[in-house]
This record gives sequence, C-alpha cells and structure tokens, in this order.
Amino acid sequence: MRSLAELNGEAPAPFSFVQLSDTHVGFNGPPDPLGTKAFESAVATINGLKNPPELVIVTGDLTHDADSPDEHAKRFKLFKQISSKIGGAQIKVVPGENDAALDGGDMFREFMGPTRYSFDYRGVHFIALDNVSAGRPAVGAEQLRWMKSDLARFPKTAPIIVFTHRPLFDLKPEWEWFTSDGDEVMNALAPYENVTVLYGHIHRENFHQAGSTKMYAARSLIFAFPDPATTPVKKPAPFDKAAPFKNLGIRRVNGNVDGGDLQIEEVELATAEFGGTVGMDQMLKHGNNDSKDE
Amino acid sequence: MKTTTMSKIVTAILLAGICDVGLMLVPSMVGLTRASDHPKVIEIAAKQFEFTPSQITLKKGVPVILRLHSSDRVHGFMSKPLKIDTDIPNNATKDVNVTPDTVGDFVVICDRYCGSGHGSMRMKVTVVE
Ligand SMILES: [Cu+2]
Repeated sequence: MRSLAELNGEAPAPFSFVQLSDTHVGFNGPPDPLGTKAFESAVATINGLKNPPELVIVTGDLTHDADSPDEHAKRFKLFKQISSKIGGAQIKVVPGENDAALDGGDMFREFMGPTRYSFDYRGVHFIALDNVSAGRPAVGAEQLRWMKSDLARFPKTAPIIVFTHRPLFDLKPEWEWFTSDGDEVMNALAPYENVTVLYGHIHRENFHQAGSTKMYAARSLIFAFPDPATTPVKKPAPFDKAAPFKNLGIRRVNGNVDGGDLQIEEVELATAEFGGTVGMDQMLKHGNNDSKDE
Repeated sequence: MKTTTMSKIVTAILLAGICDVGLMLVPSMVGLTRASDHPKVIEIAAKQFEFTPSQITLKKGVPVILRLHSSDRVHGFMSKPLKIDTDIPNNATKDVNVTPDTVGDFVVICDRYCGSGHGSMRMKVTVVE
C-alpha cells in the first residue's frame, strides 16, 4: 500500500496527537460555573501524559461569543495564554461558530491564523475545515473547491484526517448538529480509503461511519450536552458538583501510518486538584450568573 | 380542486387576507381561483433569540405562506422535515411557502448565527390531519 509517508519521504512512524474541543473561554455561569477550570485541567492532564503529544488540535469554540469585540478579544488572549502552557506541542485550531460566525472569522484570523488550511504530520495529511464562518452551518463552494484541489495530489490510500467544528452529516439538524453542504464534503472524501473526521460542537462523544470514512465527535471542556435521542429539548446537562468534570475530557489519537485504524482513546481529566468541598466552593465563587445555553 | 365549492373558496380568500379585493366583488370570477392559489398567511416575527409565536399548527397537505419578519438582524429559518431553509433579512419580510406532508411536531431553528443565545432560537410547528 502506498502511503503518504512514502510520497513525502518521511519514514513511516507511529504517531500520537491530542484533540481538545469546545473550551468556550469566557463562559461563566450556569450550567457550568467552572469557567476555564476544565480547560486548565486538560492542559495539566496533557502535560502529565507519559508520552506528551507533539501535536494538539482544537476543534472549535475556543472562545465563547461576546457582544463586545473587546471582550471577545480578551477571550482569545486568555485561550492563547492557557493553551500556551501545553509543553512542547504545536497547536492547530479551527473555529467554532462562537469564534467566527458573527464577524466572518476576522478576529479568529487576527489571533489564531487562517480558518482553513492543511498540513502534513508524520505522514498523515491533515485538513482543517471551516464550517462556521459563513454564519451558518456551511463549508461553501469556494472552500470545497480548495479542499478538492488540496486532496487531488494524494493517492486514494493516503491517510487523511479532517478536523472541523460541526458534524459533516445530519446528526441532529434541529439542534443545529449538521453542515448544510456536508454531503458535498463527504462525496469529495469518499474516494479516499483512509479518512478520519474529528469534530466537536456537540459536547459529547459520537461515532458515525459513512462508507470507509470514520467520524468522531469529541467531548467538550465545559458543559456537556445530553443524548438527543432521549432529550426532547436542546439543553446542556446539569452541573454535578460532586463530579464537576463529568462527561468532559480530552482525546488521544494513536496511529501508525502503515495502515490499520486509528486508535481513539478518551482521556479523563485530572480532578485531584479540585477534590474536596473547600476547593469546589472556591471554584464556584468565580461564576457570575449569565445563563447561556450554547 | 375543480369540485371546490363556493363557500370553501370564499373561506380561503378570507383566510388569505391578501387577495385582490376585486375578486370579492366579482363572484363570477371566483370560480377561476383555486384555494391553493391563496394560502393562509401566518406572520412570524424573529428577533434575538426567539420567534413569535413560538408555536403554530398547520394542516397536512394544506399550503400556507409563512410571512417571516426580522426586526434586529439577519436570522435563519430552517427545518429539514418541513423542507424550509431560508434567511430572514434584517428589517425585511420574507415569504415562505409550505405544504406539510407529514403529521407531527417539528422544530424550526435559526441557523444563521446571531449571538450567544442563538442555540436556543427555535419554534415548534405542529402538523395535524
Ligand atoms: Cu437568530
């Protein structure tokens, strides 16, 4: 099997990277009064991993949207400040609708760089796809053309990882868990045999396969969403003081470019430092009371 | 539709409320008009982060016009099962023709990101026999 590694001269090597999602920096209040605590814990958890990753991808909603651009800029700065504490890893991000849907991605580009791009890492081709900055759940014709031409130089067997914010299929359209032109993206990816899509937005784990393309949603680092199949109205899961990071977490992706499926490993957040009632009460004092539901 | 009675047609015209007044004055012409040409109009107002009314009831197979108006910024109006997908421009009115083909409760969402409460901007459409 011809792999990308053979094409670009890199030796095939096992690799591992970490996916974070939906940190919503700046969000504070019900249903999750802990603000950036889970994000900070995720950074500590990554730094404590036995083999710390060289690459961390973040699949959108880095910041929580703010009415004032000044406040939103502060949130981007805080995201960068916290994420910069991840030791030794390069960080690659895509925007979520909170980051980029109101201004077409201008502030995201200012602080984080382009909203879509591609790069190679250890023989795997990564495509960062923006399905938010159009203001609606869409990739758009222009980006689709870009993605097709980006893909065109690879053999159908090349290992490809697409990372984006929203699901590229109709997971739950009435909760806005879809991308309106996701079918076109999937059709463009369909001829490729080793495609994995990593995304966020839904604040819970999900696996879905279309043809040979495997799609994994990551947990968030703030308020989880419940299972839409058993929940009539979209609403975050309630905060559990006894288990503040319940249903939150990070993901480690392990792979080997010589074939075989990527191994997806869900990693729990270290909660030790927040144990005990005193620590929890202290954390809860940080909350203000603006209630938001996304 | 050819067997439509006069009373049904008149009812449809009254419901529509937008028909040419001339038709009301010249009953002989009414026979040329089919009920489906003059669907009922339902007005829906959109603003951050709600639709008003938040619930409407429609009849299966009966065409209606949803007259959408936004008073603050552009919003979306989207439901896959109802086959609706449109933007509502700011300070403007947009008509959407709908003929529901399935009985049930359906959620219409704003799918044009409009701020931090956007995720809860939705309304319910109930379709009955
Ligand atoms: Cu809206």
